Formats: sequence, C-alpha cells, structure tokens
Amino acid sequence: MASNAAVPFWRAAGMTYITYSNICANLVRNCLKEPYKTEALSREKVHFSISKWTDGKPEKPTLRSDSPEE
Amino acid sequence: MLRRASMLLARQPILAARARPFSTDLPAAPSADATFTEAWTKVIPNMDPPKTPLSFMQPRPPTPSSIPSKLTVNFVLPYASELATKEVDMVIVPATTGQMGVLPGHVATIAELKPGVLSVHEGSEVTKYFVSSGFVFIHANSFADIIAVEAVPLDRLDVNLVQKGLAEFTSKLSSATTDLEKAEAQIGIDVHSALNSALTG
Repeated sequence: MASNAAVPFWRAAGMTYITYSNICANLVRNCLKEPYKTEALSREKVHFSISKWTDGKPEKPTLRSDSPEE
Repeated sequence: MLRRASMLLARQPILAARARPFSTDLPAAPSADATFTEAWTKVIPNMDPPKTPLSFMQPRPPTPSSIPSKLTVNFVLPYASELATKEVDMVIVPATTGQMGVLPGHVATIAELKPGVLSVHEGSEVTKYFVSSGFVFIHANSFADIIAVEAVPLDRLDVNLVQKGLAEFTSKLSSATTDLEKAEAQIGIDVHSALNSALTG
C-alpha cells in the first residue's frame, strides 16, 4: 500500500538499519565520560573465527578480533 | 437475486470473525499439559513431572476491560536489562515521529526510536536515559517493551566530547563525496545534536 517514496536518508544511501543502529551506538559510546567509556568499548569488541571450506573440508580457522567499525 | 444478496451479507461476518486477534487478546497457553502429567504420575508417582519452558514464563495478562492505573515497562539493552516489568506512570520515548508520551491504556503501537532522551516518570521522580536507537512496542494491555542498542544516563555523557564530535561531523559533511560518506556524516550530526540538546536542554 505505502509507496517507497519516504525512505530514510541512510537507506537511500544504501545502508541497512543494523549498520545505522550500530553507528549511532558507537557514536554515543564515544561521548561517554571516562570510566564508563572504557567499560563500553570493552563490551563491544567482537571476536570471531573464520574458516574457509574447500572440497567439503574446513581449512585452518583464522581468529579475528575486530573492534566494531566506526 | 435478493437471496444472493442476503447470502453475501451473511458471508461478511464470517470473514471478520476469522481475522486474527492480537497476541495479548488470546488466552494464555496452559503451562502444563494435563494428559502428560496424568500419564507421568501413573508411571512415576514419586517424582514431579518435568517443567517445560512455558511453565517458567509468566504469560502476559490479557487486555483488561478498564484502563489499568500503571504502565508496565520492560527496558532492555543487548547486555543488560535496565527495567524489568517496572510499574510506572508514564514514559516519554524519542520516536522518529517525535517525542511520544506513553500512558496506561495507550493504543497498541510499534515505534522506531531516533537518538534522543527517554524519560521514565514514576510518582514525582523522573529518570532520563539517552537512547541511541531502537524500538518500542506498546501492547494493548499497557505493557511497553523498549529495546535499545545503547542507553546511558545523562550524567555519564561528556559535553566536550559531544561538541567536538558535532564540529567534526559538520566538517565531514561538507567534505563528503560519496552518498555513503554523506549519510554517515549526517548520522553523526543527528546523533551529536541530539546529545547536545539532551545535555543542555
């Protein structure tokens, strides 16, 4: 029923809601006062391990620890 | 011809009755299955039957016929639960359509939140949080679920960092080239100006 006319500016630029929401959260966290800021930054670190599969077998996994992108 | 018209009219209420009710209007699912408990006690009379997840959950109360006096609020973040079924008088949420005041008996609504101040009013005390973004689900039975990615009490925010960020993103907007950069700069400006007005206003 609703037309696609009134999309938010970030979606028009090709960004998804999750990306938008994470950017907002990061900006707010960067404006915190000191003891809270370090707690918040440690809270939002992401650790994951990626393993590529070839021929049905997993190769050695690589462990990546990205802090969330700005 | 008149008989067909009356058949058509008779068909309408059936279609309306088949429309699905909201989840708060359905009766709560029974937490223990009667036939299972009977069969259990026949075979193992000494032990209690095992509890299912449904018996640990408290079902939401159905929509009462008269407006309740308090609003029950669940305010959750990904890493913590700020308020859990707290009874309050009113909450003001920063929806994308503007500041929305939610009182008991509010019509069922789903609203997306923009960066702004959420205030919880209980008696004479007001607790304010700055919310980065999220959603609020208001149910017909005066329960409100507020979910936010990041919510901080206002006294944890640093004014200087906010103003520095605002200046930085304003300059980024003027120097942005691609759509994506412009969008990110615009988001930065929105968030920082909301933070600024929250701290000064």
